[in-house]
Amino acid sequence: MPDKALGQLSDSLLFVAVLVYAFAMLGFAGEQASRRARRVIMSAQVSELVGSGGPASRQGGSNHTVSTTVEKPSRAGAFALTLTVIGWVVHVISLVTRGFAAHRVPWGNMYEFSSAVALTAVTVFLYLLVRGKVERSLGAFVMLPVVLYLGLAARVLYTAAGPLVPALNSYWIKIHVAAAVMASGAFLLSGILALLYLTRSRYDARLAARQSIRFPTSLGAALPEATVLDRLSYGVIAFAFPIWTFAVIAGAIWAESAWGRYWGWDPKETWSFITWVLYAGYLHARATAGWKGRKAAWVAVAAAGALIVDYYVVNIFVVGLHSYA
Amino acid sequence: MTAPVQDEATRLSTQPLPVQPARRGDPFGPLRMGWRQLTSMRNALLLLFMLALASVPGGFLPQRQLNPLRVNEYIRDHQSVGPLLDRMQMFDVFSSAWFAAIYLLLFVSLVGCLIPRTRLHLKALLRKPPKVPVTLTRLPAHDSWVSSADSEAILVAARKTLRASRWRVVRRGNAISAEKGYLRETGNLVFHLSLVLLLVGIAVGAFHGFKGTVLVVEGRGFSNAVFSYDDITPGRRFSPSSLVPFGVNLKKFSATYGADGKALTFDADVRWTNASGVEKPYDIRVNHPLKIDGANTYLIGHGYAPRITVKDGKGHIVEDNKPVPCLPQDPQFLSTCVIKVPDAMPKQLGFRGVFTPTTVTDSSGRVGSTHPALQHPVLTLVAFEGDLLIDSGTPQSVYSLNTTAMTPVDGGKAKGLLPGQSMLLPGGASLTYEGTSEWATFQVTQDPGKLIALAASVGMVGGLMLSLFIRRRRLWVRVIDGVRVGEQQGSGRTVEVGGLSRTDAETFAAEFAVLTKKLRSSAAPALTKPEE
Repeated sequence: MPDKALGQLSDSLLFVAVLVYAFAMLGFAGEQASRRARRVIMSAQVSELVGSGGPASRQGGSNHTVSTTVEKPSRAGAFALTLTVIGWVVHVISLVTRGFAAHRVPWGNMYEFSSAVALTAVTVFLYLLVRGKVERSLGAFVMLPVVLYLGLAARVLYTAAGPLVPALNSYWIKIHVAAAVMASGAFLLSGILALLYLTRSRYDARLAARQSIRFPTSLGAALPEATVLDRLSYGVIAFAFPIWTFAVIAGAIWAESAWGRYWGWDPKETWSFITWVLYAGYLHARATAGWKGRKAAWVAVAAAGALIVDYYVVNIFVVGLHSYA
Repeated sequence: MTAPVQDEATRLSTQPLPVQPARRGDPFGPLRMGWRQLTSMRNALLLLFMLALASVPGGFLPQRQLNPLRVNEYIRDHQSVGPLLDRMQMFDVFSSAWFAAIYLLLFVSLVGCLIPRTRLHLKALLRKPPKVPVTLTRLPAHDSWVSSADSEAILVAARKTLRASRWRVVRRGNAISAEKGYLRETGNLVFHLSLVLLLVGIAVGAFHGFKGTVLVVEGRGFSNAVFSYDDITPGRRFSPSSLVPFGVNLKKFSATYGADGKALTFDADVRWTNASGVEKPYDIRVNHPLKIDGANTYLIGHGYAPRITVKDGKGHIVEDNKPVPCLPQDPQFLSTCVIKVPDAMPKQLGFRGVFTPTTVTDSSGRVGSTHPALQHPVLTLVAFEGDLLIDSGTPQSVYSLNTTAMTPVDGGKAKGLLPGQSMLLPGGASLTYEGTSEWATFQVTQDPGKLIALAASVGMVGGLMLSLFIRRRRLWVRVIDGVRVGEQQGSGRTVEVGGLSRTDAETFAAEFAVLTKKLRSSAAPALTKPEE
């Protein structure tokens, strides 16, 4: 197949993937809504049970067992999960065909990079789902930003498949950019989890204080427990942080061979550094009295914000050595 | 938030305890207190956030070390805030006093924290796993069963099982204490020590490093000596004798472009000679520097140099096929040129103009370039005669022409020359555009701190992975004679196991379940689990 047709196929496949993701998002949202309705009814029943002196369950061994509330499996949720997997496969094929169309790794410009980052975020989410670490209905909150992100990338950043500028022509693009893609996808996912944690913990606090709960705090009703979300967000960051560190170092080694210095405070380097420092701050905050919990989560959100500035604001608005494509 | 009271056994971290107020009557109290504050985690965290915040202006505002022209432009365009920002060193963020203050404090705090932690960790490495807590059932993970084997056999088997899973084990009477995951803290310390090493590497580069840039036209060369560079950035303690002796000659530079004018490849075909005079060919490209004994030569720019021949009014050839490097002004390589002919008689000659590799002329006669490749080159010049003022004492750039003592020839009208064409000047002088050479700019860098920084980077990633993926955990096994089930007393032995992990309790719960299963089957078949 000629490169041009292959490139077009890749574009169409990405469009299909976004569409499938969008339907998956609706399915997850449906499941989410029905769970929320049920949770309200259930909490009423539980309080009745406790009031009538039901047998308290004995907790043996580890007290970190996952919530064992028996729930009717939601058909919307199962359908949404199937769609997500289909969308993921289409997304992978889209990226692979793009690589073949351009005869290089498919992360050579911002459009391809965004697609790869979104793919990583979905991949990490699916992995956590398979490992039973995360509830399926969280899919709504993952797919929404993924769909928006991919849609934006395709509308604003689109670049036809083509060769690379000489500075990018190095085997380091495989190493440095691949690591950056992996870390970024995971970081963005952790940002979402941190926001969900903040929502749930605020929901809990307001519920305990018998204060009124409005949207978006009301979303907390159907979210996993705050501690679970906090631990998940931490786990994803702990996974991504060494990869990000490696990506920055690999970038420095590449910069040394392309530009003659390993670090020069180019805007992209500066924002990568800020992102790195903020995530380092998060990891420390989580172990420091007075910073645990909500404050640390805000740091994680700020760090994800710095990451977005690093990729989009720097490339589009700031003049620097990384302003390719 | 009140931390639960922890005993020696369940305190798994070597993280220092929160700052305690100084004792009364201690003359060094305030000093000691200040030091403890500085090295506290909370303070380190604040410094870390300040470091991120302080870097922000460096990520948005133009920086002098990257592009001084854009800084001047910015100050000119923002007359009210520009000078104020400049006074606050906002255009030199990463060499500013306040940025240095933050990272130096951070590193002092880091070292102040690292020293006691390293000492504590070394102690922990030498120490045996701690004594068995009184009640194992209070630990986050615990289990117990009744075994028919005798206590010695149970303990020996348990020891073997734990050793096989690489636990550090110590026997204490009728119990076993075990610990695993010391590499977590080792990794943590290696990571933080590597940060200090990285700073050392950066400092060595900043003090003893050297950077020089030079523009070279095809057919010419340069040697790695201070005088041969157009621009140098020596480190504060740099000594010229540390320059690696070598020379580079540029045979040919070539660039290829796509139809849209985007560059595809840059190629500098060079011959280089080392101290012993042996000549070797090399191909310097972007991402492919020439590396000689720690001195790296990079290709960082390129442009065109039209070759000219100038005859003066007396008929002497004063410039013979001389390349004149022109400076590119746009992506299509419209370049500005300045030609000075100080040897021309009776009057000195000067020329100012543009070179366009793929030339188009608009209706008003202005020239432009539509592609960076050499497809339709034109050299458009305005001639001047008079005094170039070269000997006036003030140094001049070769790229600018001082025309205060000169008069434009032909009323200052520009003339476009194709290769081979000449422009005739009054008095019989002439300039001929012979052809076009290309030039390349090279940057030579010597950074003796580079390898230190690289080693530090390896330590950082390695240490980080150990400290994030390894869990420190403790486990105790105790054998009690007899079965105590409520009021009943029976024969056999009760085996109690308890454990804890500071992080990731879920994963530890799974590991604990697997371990207890192994421990149960290791000595002898378990009878029953005692009912509580």
